[in-house]
Amino acid sequence: MRFPFKTSYNQDIRIFRDKVDAFWYGLLAVAVLVLPLLLDDYSVGEISWVFIYGICGVSLMVLVGYTGLVSLGHAAFLGIGAYAHAYFIMHGAPWIVAVVLAVVITTACGLIVGLPALRMTGIYLAIATLAFSVIIQEVFSRWESVTHGFAGMKVDVPVIFGFAFDDGRSFYFLCLFFLVIVLWLTRNLLRAPTGRAWVAIRDSEIAAQSMGVNLAIYKSMAFAYSAAVMGLAGALFAHKIGYLAPDIFTILLSIQFLLLVIVGGLGSLHGAVFGAIFVALLPPLIAILRDGIPDSMNQLAANTGLRVIGMLGTAIGEFLKKPGVEAGIFGLILVLVILLEPLGMYGRWLKIKLFFSTFPMYKASTFKRQKTYMRSERLR
Amino acid sequence: MSFFSADNLSINFGGIKAVDGVSFDVEQGEVFTIIGPNGAGKTTIFNLVSRIYEPSGGKLAFAGRDITNVPPHLIAALGIARTFQNIELFEHATLLQNLLLARHAHKRSDFFSELLFLPYVRRLEMEHREAVEKAIDFLDLQQYRDSLIVNLPYGVRKVTELARALCTDPKLLLLDEPSSGLNVEETEDMAFWIQDIKNLLGITVLMVEHDMSLVSAVSDRVMALNYGRPIATGTPAEVQAHPEVVRAYLGG
Repeated sequence: MRFPFKTSYNQDIRIFRDKVDAFWYGLLAVAVLVLPLLLDDYSVGEISWVFIYGICGVSLMVLVGYTGLVSLGHAAFLGIGAYAHAYFIMHGAPWIVAVVLAVVITTACGLIVGLPALRMTGIYLAIATLAFSVIIQEVFSRWESVTHGFAGMKVDVPVIFGFAFDDGRSFYFLCLFFLVIVLWLTRNLLRAPTGRAWVAIRDSEIAAQSMGVNLAIYKSMAFAYSAAVMGLAGALFAHKIGYLAPDIFTILLSIQFLLLVIVGGLGSLHGAVFGAIFVALLPPLIAILRDGIPDSMNQLAANTGLRVIGMLGTAIGEFLKKPGVEAGIFGLILVLVILLEPLGMYGRWLKIKLFFSTFPMYKASTFKRQKTYMRSERLR
Repeated sequence: MSFFSADNLSINFGGIKAVDGVSFDVEQGEVFTIIGPNGAGKTTIFNLVSRIYEPSGGKLAFAGRDITNVPPHLIAALGIARTFQNIELFEHATLLQNLLLARHAHKRSDFFSELLFLPYVRRLEMEHREAVEKAIDFLDLQQYRDSLIVNLPYGVRKVTELARALCTDPKLLLLDEPSSGLNVEETEDMAFWIQDIKNLLGITVLMVEHDMSLVSAVSDRVMALNYGRPIATGTPAEVQAHPEVVRAYLGG
């Protein structure tokens, strides 16, 4: 077990706890920088999705994990960001300007949606945001002069200061850059009075108010900031997907974002990234297993002469090919996480870390008492 | 003009007059305690003073200023801090974060400089931390600094709430049943702390309390309340001997 000896208040403020922490994050940085040179195009593309989902995760984490306001409509913010960005690019705005405008527009929408949030909590707010997202989806399909409706809207590759991010690798670095920026900015807010006010609202509104937090302003701020980050994710999303259509930004996508933050671990930025890895990499993993399991099991059957293994393998392959299996697996995992690990993947990560740092003295009961639910999970 | 005064304060919940024309003055530097049977309206008075409830009549004045219409989030900045009967800490934050939040009324940084964490934001954070450390030292909470509140025992949470209220740099401290749920030893500690808060920090205390040993030990004046109406005001001994008070508690 390692206890950093604290000699200055700054040690509790700075981003990395100590040199050891900074070393590991540095190693991680090197790893993600080198990764695209080692992997094939397909994998690099999938990891870019992790970064984009990571930005979405940070957005929802601020709202759900830190401020305790549940939103079922974040796909709408993503869509607004994506469409606005694509629209401005199509009309000749430089990339940076288009992104800034997209973020500004989503922020404004976030503020407007945040207004009812001042009066509503829990399930009612979730339903209100759900209604918002349905309305916005309808707008996407009907406002054809801007969104081209169901005909769709093609998005060109990003060109920033004359440099075209036209292959998977350069786009990977673009997404990585923005994820790091968003993580840094959010971390800054969270270690400053604003972030503490959000946490205070989550845990006790009445106490927050008595300590001087203006509930209306900080709730709107959480909504606006969350929407702004989502708008940025939307801009990258538009490029990544290449072709925008209204039926991308459905309620299912919103639920996937919610799943992301819950599986990742509510109330931590690590959780947003862990959740993004999970949500972005599970579908390709299922796709790989879909072919991999029958093939390898048939191989095994041929080698051992046990036909039943081969039949089982084919059956699993058939099952994984059925429509809806992916959503089913997502749902099953969500249920299991809520039942077994309320702190999500980040909670599990902390336990694994503690296991190694206290080995061989680790006790499973260390975390017994921490299995509590936050108010946003309890849906007041 | 007294330091804090409530003048003819009233609030109705439907047909129930929870607080019915209560007037009292608190002088600077004293410990003023409100006692009364359950449902007498003590906590309601606190919620009125911290502006969470809208009074249906009457006036509140603090340090020469009418605060009847001040919104609840500006009360802390005026120098009124409170604790809650059923602990209202931020459970999934560390003790340190809880206390730092109490500095919110003294926040001087704006959103965009916090976003970039400009050097002056860091400097302000250190100043807040210093103020918080004073409260931690004052109430002996050093060892719990980095613990999550959910993992702390009840007694420590109670003290943490007191510390959080002190971190707002109050001039008037509202304590809602500081000894509820504490054992005899912890209640004695609480009595010492309330005396220290009054004598060393010079903070005026307005308190709601049931434990008469604590009330007698620390209070300068006591007001007894029944059915939302004051029935007696005076020193602890006077109020305890008052026939109306005896009747309110024992019936008859």
